[in-house]
Amino acid sequence: MSQQTDEALVIVAHGSHLNPDSSTPTFSHADTIREADAFETVREAFWKEEPSFREVLRIVGAETVYVVPMFISEGYFTEQVIPRELRLQDWDVADWESDGTSADHATYTAADTGATVRYCGPVGTHDSMTDVIVQRARSITDNPDVGPGVGLAVVGHGTERNENSAKAIEYHADRIREAYDFAEVKAMFMDESPEVDDVAALFESDDVVVVPLFVADGYHTQEDIPADMGLALDEPGSYPVPGMVDGTKIWYSGAVGTEPLLADVILERAADAGADVDAAIDRVKRRTGGTTIDAE
Amino acid sequence: MDRESDPVAALVAAVAERSISYDGLSVSKSDGLYTFETTERQVTDLTASALGETAAGDPFVDNWFHWTQRSRSTAEQAFLRWVEHAEERSVPERYSALTSGVVVREWGQLRITATVVDGGRRYGLRHSDDRDADPAELERFVDPLKAREIATTDDKGRYRPLKTAPTLSTGWLFPELTGASLVEAIDFIYPATIQNWALEREGELDVTNWADAADRQSGIYAMVDELSGEQLEWLTEACCVDSQCLKRREWDAADGEEIDTPHGAGAFPCREPCSVVISAARKWTQIEREDTERYTVELTPSEKAQLEALVAAVADGRIDEIREAEFSDPANRQRARYLRAKRFDAEGTLSAESDRPN
Repeated sequence: MSQQTDEALVIVAHGSHLNPDSSTPTFSHADTIREADAFETVREAFWKEEPSFREVLRIVGAETVYVVPMFISEGYFTEQVIPRELRLQDWDVADWESDGTSADHATYTAADTGATVRYCGPVGTHDSMTDVIVQRARSITDNPDVGPGVGLAVVGHGTERNENSAKAIEYHADRIREAYDFAEVKAMFMDESPEVDDVAALFESDDVVVVPLFVADGYHTQEDIPADMGLALDEPGSYPVPGMVDGTKIWYSGAVGTEPLLADVILERAADAGADVDAAIDRVKRRTGGTTIDAE
Repeated sequence: MDRESDPVAALVAAVAERSISYDGLSVSKSDGLYTFETTERQVTDLTASALGETAAGDPFVDNWFHWTQRSRSTAEQAFLRWVEHAEERSVPERYSALTSGVVVREWGQLRITATVVDGGRRYGLRHSDDRDADPAELERFVDPLKAREIATTDDKGRYRPLKTAPTLSTGWLFPELTGASLVEAIDFIYPATIQNWALEREGELDVTNWADAADRQSGIYAMVDELSGEQLEWLTEACCVDSQCLKRREWDAADGEEIDTPHGAGAFPCREPCSVVISAARKWTQIEREDTERYTVELTPSEKAQLEALVAAVADGRIDEIREAEFSDPANRQRARYLRAKRFDAEGTLSAESDRPN
């Protein structure tokens, strides 16, 4: 009678004890993927909410589980907390063969259920995240052709916790500079130079789109960064879009993680790890504004 | 009708391969003829077509079909059978109840009802406090994913970081879920409770005691392994008793080292300290690192009693019940403000003399 579903997708995220918005993007991307019929089972799991990383594998009950971290960079959570809590046997960060932004996937047995876990790198460092940042810029300006004459700042936390955090920001900024036609593209940070406080001064363009590379909106994206830039109003989370700072028009987008196209990055991670989800990727891209490449 | 959808066709096909024995139904084949037997009747020497005629419409056959010819996880199967009391009620008893729609189970603050509709099971799900509510008065949901939103905030709109806190919101109803969607809805309200309950029934629940859970922590939580003994009694009293969490605590301090705080009477087990407990433990670890001091504080007996009442009002979550101008309640707001004006300075510090100043 007991039957296990063959393959499941588990999206692991930080979550919060205090702020329900923290898990909202994870749930909405999971729903997009459910609607696209990519996996028989899709489930979210959290460090600070339930189900916990410790108990999610027994919920999905699948033989093969693709685990995709909703984190921006490789570091403490992706390298220590998640593998430990999922009970990935013989986890070794070296298996990812990563330079700090290039983790792809590695395969383990989870001691909890015996499931085969294909443990993927975080969404934040996947190449397709570059397109999500640009899509976020298009969404916030309501301009599908945004680029020429416009500056783009990709904002990260910085090195305070982990050097890979800054690497991920710079990686995407470099890729956008090469592949898109924004007038200027800069990586900026909350706690290191170049600081987001100086955004108006550091860009020459009259219009600058500011996209924070965070998975969810919270204190940093809704209060800290707008205040640092000189945009914040009295209410937390209330800032004008666009807002004027020292003569520069700032289009501040809020967390990139809320952009619907991020569901595509999650699926791309699973696909890179061997999941047969090409058709679902196509459906998700159509639904979330991504560019679809015609299948042969 | 085929064996995928028709219980009788499925039974005839299955018994051609091997004998069936399930929930009081026995069907076997011998020398080309079939014997059909239930706790209610026995019919022997049946041809295959006579077996089909005999089995048609028999609840034992429908029951066998429902529980053996559909794929479910072990936990889902065990839970759904538990919902209709399958282990303790006979098939006729169960079907009579399922048809009249009075099969009920409670799961935390959930009330689950089961019925048989057109040969399939259908489940109703609502808050147990809404047991007598007019269904027309409740907000109706179909998609089990909506259970997630129901579980996010309490009736006052406050965020619920602990899904098994006894603060589930009321006023909603899933009138007609399938077995799989019932399990999915419950998983969003009380994640992993069905799986852990099923593991426990099989004697396979993996419990992690405090010592191992604390030892595993890293980063800012690595410090929590400093808590032990009485501190764990206080911690579980603060977070884990039934008034705070509906899971039944199965973990203790360590192997052979029990925590005396009541484990709780919940239907589903708690297998290890959760993230809320670990996060609170970090705060208590920091506080417990401080040395005690002796303070000399001047209070009237009523003022001392008032401080006690204020702590109790917060600890028991009673603040919202204390009425304006209810001056007989020591935790009344104006009473607290009077005490603060009299005994505390402008910074809110209680006037007290320490034996270890600075």
